[in-house]
Amino acid sequence: MYQISNITKNVSSKKILNNISMQIYPGELTVVVGENGAGKSTLLKILALLEKPSSGNVIVDEINTLKSSNKVKPHLGVLAHKSFLYENLTVYENLEFYGQLYRINNLKERIYELISDVGLELVLHEPVYILSRGMQQRLAIARALIHDPSYVLLDEPQTGLDQDAVEILYNLLGNLKEEGKGIVVVTHHFDNLIELCDKLLVLKKGQQVYYEHVSISPTKAKEIYMSLAARR
Amino acid sequence: MGKKWGYILGIITLLTIIAANYLIFIWVPAEKVMGIVQKIFYFHVAAAWVGFLAFFIVFISSIKYLLTFNEKWDWYSAASAEIGFVFMSIVLATGSIWGRAFWGHWWTWDPRLTTSLILWFIYAAYLLLRSGITLEGRRARYSAVLGIIGFIDVPIVWFSVRWWRTVHPNLMESGKMAITTKMSITLSLSVMAFTLLYAFLLPRVVKLYQLDCTIQKTKDVIIRNL
Amino acid sequence: MKFAKIIYAMLCKDFKAEFRRKEILSSMLFFSLLIVVIINVTLNINKDILFENFTGLMWIVFLFTGVLGINRSFINERINDSYLGINLAVGESSIILVSKAVSNLAFIGIVQTIVIPLFFILFSVKWPQNAFLFLLVNFLGTTGFVFLGTFLSVLTINTNSEILLPIVLFPLLLPLVLAVVQASNLILKGAPLQLWGHWLGLILVFDFLYTLVPILLFDFVVEV
Repeated sequence: MYQISNITKNVSSKKILNNISMQIYPGELTVVVGENGAGKSTLLKILALLEKPSSGNVIVDEINTLKSSNKVKPHLGVLAHKSFLYENLTVYENLEFYGQLYRINNLKERIYELISDVGLELVLHEPVYILSRGMQQRLAIARALIHDPSYVLLDEPQTGLDQDAVEILYNLLGNLKEEGKGIVVVTHHFDNLIELCDKLLVLKKGQQVYYEHVSISPTKAKEIYMSLAARR
Repeated sequence: MGKKWGYILGIITLLTIIAANYLIFIWVPAEKVMGIVQKIFYFHVAAAWVGFLAFFIVFISSIKYLLTFNEKWDWYSAASAEIGFVFMSIVLATGSIWGRAFWGHWWTWDPRLTTSLILWFIYAAYLLLRSGITLEGRRARYSAVLGIIGFIDVPIVWFSVRWWRTVHPNLMESGKMAITTKMSITLSLSVMAFTLLYAFLLPRVVKLYQLDCTIQKTKDVIIRNL
Repeated sequence: MKFAKIIYAMLCKDFKAEFRRKEILSSMLFFSLLIVVIINVTLNINKDILFENFTGLMWIVFLFTGVLGINRSFINERINDSYLGINLAVGESSIILVSKAVSNLAFIGIVQTIVIPLFFILFSVKWPQNAFLFLLVNFLGTTGFVFLGTFLSVLTINTNSEILLPIVLFPLLLPLVLAVVQASNLILKGAPLQLWGHWLGLILVFDFLYTLVPILLFDFVVEV
């Protein structure tokens, strides 16, 4: 179980996050929504151990990450704002590289498996710089999953994806849920995720204004979503 | 530091400077060989002492910053670097003039002057690095790292140049200066005067950095609430 | 052992990326050749002056070419924040530093393999009998240069000013450059160990210090 409690993040006297707490259980998908500047990306970076909170605890499977983050990192799969990809290397080489870093056995099979999951078979040996934004995003997602992490953290995964790719993504998320992964998705597009979503966290100017299991009040969740959508 | 202590230090500094100047220009007789130009020696050595001391302070503050991440230490590093850079420039200028008077050359590659030159470059690099980074946190961390690495280098520079000059010693150095008791007293007082000046200036420059930081933060708050 | 495999993976990655675009290596090579030409054209090099300044001139070429290559090396890691991806996979940030330094060393090594013989040929200096020693000292000097340079490039890369790296690096590097040039010059002349042993000692101390300290401080530089 992934737990964060009372997370605060200050950056040169700006309070970016204020007293955020959440729990992620295996097989659960949490959606984090909020306006621009609400602190969603920062929250995801903290969850991904890419940033340290100013105060609060981040505890993953009972390991305190502030003390031993290195034990936890192999269990996280992260899709951040930037893709972590190497433009001059091919799709295959990128996955191979990260696979080697994660020391995956049977790397070749694993790569082929992921490539077919995200639908990039045709461009397997093309360099990344010629791929479209959507294809790079799909590759980035594959990269995030290459080591079969227990927790999957995605920052705006739908960016740049066309309709077909979005479907692929949702199938993927559904499968990950079934496999018992804990998933957090930061997004602006809540609508498509309603079916898959278990918990909803709403951030506003760094504050946690709503955090509930969707099943508890599905109407309330829909309401919140509508109000956010209307404001846009 | 209380304002009262600041004033007291300021007055002591001023008095010491006046006393040192008196000793330099009126009390101590000019050195036989070089004449009155030799007196620049007192400024040169005193400035060198402070220049190196200031860098040592940069080194200590940098370590303290990396240990605590308290921005106060970053201010001390930056302030000391600024002051040190100025003093180092004085060292090079006075050293050059003195060299011209003593050995007839505007520049010599003797160990002390060369090490001072390198330290001057390291100071410049430190200040340039700071001015190139806008994120305060990153700027403080990177400067601290450079402060530590730079300081470790100085003794290595000193030894390497010394070995270098023993191989090619002839070029310009010859003859040493005879130092009388009066000269040592004057020199000590000059060193004290400059050190006090440094101690007086340092907290003031630190205060400037502190105020600058406050202004930045206020700006941020205003912009955020626009 | 695990580290060795990771560094090897990163080396392969760097070489693959380089040979696809061929930007760093070829520019380093041509730049160094250009400096050699400029040296010949601008300086009045007769036999006597030359021999005393042979390794010095060589190192001028290496310094400027090396800084060019080092400046480029971290850029690829920052384009898509790949260094964060590596940090997540490996945990230990200093591996990135070591592997980058090693790949920089490899690139500069390739350039040196061409430039050093070229120098001997162009300036008609006899290939020394103790060539091994000469090359060893050169290699040790290059290692210190590359390691410190790679580390400092992470600091200066944020300023978007390519010229800041040499400004920061060269003053710090002075003892090392002095030592390498003095030592290799003496070796070329066939001087006995006593005359240049202390320079070698300095190179080793420098290499040790400026490999250890950057690794220790690297965590402060990577913001994780």
